[in-house]
Amino acid sequence: MPVARVEVKGLVKRFGKITAVDKLNLEVEDKRFVCLLGPSGCGKTTTLRMIAGLEVPDEGEIYIGDEMVNDLTPAERDVAMVFQFYALYPTLTVYDNLAFPLKAQKTSKSEVDRSVREVADILGVTKILQFKPDQLTPGESQRVAIGRAIIRRPHVYLLDEPLTNLDAKLRARMRAELKRLQKELGQTAIYVTHDQLEAMTMADKIAVMNQGLLQEYDTPENIYRHPNNLFVAGFIGSPAMNFLEGTLKEADGRLSLDSGEFQLDITEFRDLILKEAKSGEVILGIRPEHLSVSSKPSRKYAFQGEVYVVEPLGDQAILDFKIGNTVVRAIVPPSFKAEVGNRLWLSFSKDDFHIVDKATEKVIV
Amino acid sequence: MAGVRLNKVTKKTGTLCPVFDIDLEVADREFITLLAPSGSGKSTIMRMIAGLEVPDEGEIYIGDEMVNELTPAERDVAMVFQTYALYPHLTVHGNLASPLEAQKTSKDEIGSRVKDVADILGIASLLEKYPTQLSGGEMQRVAIGRAIIRRPRVYLLDEPLTNLDAKLRVHMRAELKRLQKELGQTMIYATHDELEALSMSDRIVVISNGRIVQSDTPKEIFENPKSLFVATFVGTPPMNLFECALSERKGQTLLESSVFKLNITGLAELIRSKASGNDFILGVRPSDLKIHAQKPSEECIEGDIYVLEPMGAVVVVDVKVGNELVKVKVPGSISLEPGTKVWLTFEKEKMHIFDKKTKEAVT
Repeated sequence: MPVARVEVKGLVKRFGKITAVDKLNLEVEDKRFVCLLGPSGCGKTTTLRMIAGLEVPDEGEIYIGDEMVNDLTPAERDVAMVFQFYALYPTLTVYDNLAFPLKAQKTSKSEVDRSVREVADILGVTKILQFKPDQLTPGESQRVAIGRAIIRRPHVYLLDEPLTNLDAKLRARMRAELKRLQKELGQTAIYVTHDQLEAMTMADKIAVMNQGLLQEYDTPENIYRHPNNLFVAGFIGSPAMNFLEGTLKEADGRLSLDSGEFQLDITEFRDLILKEAKSGEVILGIRPEHLSVSSKPSRKYAFQGEVYVVEPLGDQAILDFKIGNTVVRAIVPPSFKAEVGNRLWLSFSKDDFHIVDKATEKVIV
Repeated sequence: MAGVRLNKVTKKTGTLCPVFDIDLEVADREFITLLAPSGSGKSTIMRMIAGLEVPDEGEIYIGDEMVNELTPAERDVAMVFQTYALYPHLTVHGNLASPLEAQKTSKDEIGSRVKDVADILGIASLLEKYPTQLSGGEMQRVAIGRAIIRRPRVYLLDEPLTNLDAKLRVHMRAELKRLQKELGQTMIYATHDELEALSMSDRIVVISNGRIVQSDTPKEIFENPKSLFVATFVGTPPMNLFECALSERKGQTLLESSVFKLNITGLAELIRSKASGNDFILGVRPSDLKIHAQKPSEECIEGDIYVLEPMGAVVVVDVKVGNELVKVKVPGSISLEPGTKVWLTFEKEKMHIFDKKTKEAVT
């Protein structure tokens, strides 16, 4: 199989006065699963459609393999696209829906049959080959739609929110199936989603986009542990990272962060922060799962808060604390005893928080 | 303020989602959630309490009063829907004030109540804006404000957070729970989202096909589901299930499947007393399974790592056991590669056993 890396260079797409995609550079390596992640309107779907050949870029180049494909039609690019709304032919059986892309390529009958059965087996739809689309559950329909895409064995798969219309349980199951399928097929996949959990769980690398601009492109773990700006920090993770505004204070060679409600001595990051911070206004970011809750401080860094709401969630619980006007969430085990009004310590270690410059929104620590 | 009681309420005619024999008692100041997949009848129940539908049989009480014959207005309940019905031509202030104006409340009184409600909901700075200028979360807060400003006896909220994005839903969940406690009023909340139900309610009423199948605290619903339906509906990822059967060997009772053998001699009597036959389904939550790289004992389940799903704080590990995928939730990170052989164990206190035929819990 030819190498199917995908690269876009300086890609720009404007719709009237709006720049949907702004000077995007992105390289998707061969056989990788890359997610384009962002809120609606961030440019992720426009990017995917340009790669597919369904939109023409205003500027920039698109490469599939080593070939510049800007001037190729969608069919010539040898990509397969799966949409949120599974486009199946309602009058054809599952078998014929799967066979259709091959018949269009004039593949021999025995070859078509072999391919349909193989794909049906991979996707677990063998038993429903004689069904019509209106007899299928949404999960089955989506699997058939994916089958139609993979049966041609294209170089690159482009998937646009394929799981969005499924219910939560089915989505969780299909996530694992799709990830495994991509590894088994060993083909390049570019997957568009607004769901950070899908991106985290499935992708080799995530490209986080916002307002047409690429915010960060890295592995899920790096994006989760070392987000490089406020947007990425807040977008990845659920419940979302806690943000508390504060002011830097220097005295006697020590540096502290004053939130108005508490002070944190952050002298160990003094040089870095003073070099990078554009002003004295910063945001402290800590993930709910990195806060340890107890009656006394238990780590190097800690502040106090009063329990505002207790949210049991079965195998864990969220405690909501009110710190000034900000709600800070912490994850605790389900057996944790806490009641509204309790004053408790929230402790965390040096690897578990971020300092963000308020003006530039860049993560400093 | 008042409790709500439904006595053998049935509604079969004129609805796509019928309900049968609903017995429900909501205490004064209680936050109760009707949890069910869509189309199971929870909205039918809400609409009957509100007076928007008439039951075929049974009585509905608010406080001590039987309200079957009362109009919605006479019942003094407030309902908030999934799609927030705001007047587009009125400001937020006008929208909040309109239920009071309809009651001919004095102007001063209206002014002070609007201010109070706006403060509680954090929308004081939006009072002069129009609905089209608001975000989804702001609109929903105004809709809730319109409901609470009248200080009705009972609040009915039907999927009020469903149209909000995930982050805002998490935020509003906590705010609504806090608000209900501060107002100290009875709230009946309908949702299909198990996390909303678990996190907010004093008590959850699970409904399936128009019937109540379990009514308990969130902790009980999660830890002791009485049926396979409740067990799999509540919890993400859902509980793992294994088909199995009881067998006797050398005076011991074993729970046996193609992938494990468990000695459950101590539980045998209890199980047999409740079982309809010899076939069972064992359920274990993903968070109650442990993964071992070496075989830890005889009582374990062998499988291969199929996919790792890192989620940040936790990783869901999909393990292929026979032809089934078993999901295991582990904290932090894991250094095992797909294809690696692993063994799964769980504490017997954490297992759930269901009768395969009746789908009811037997432990």
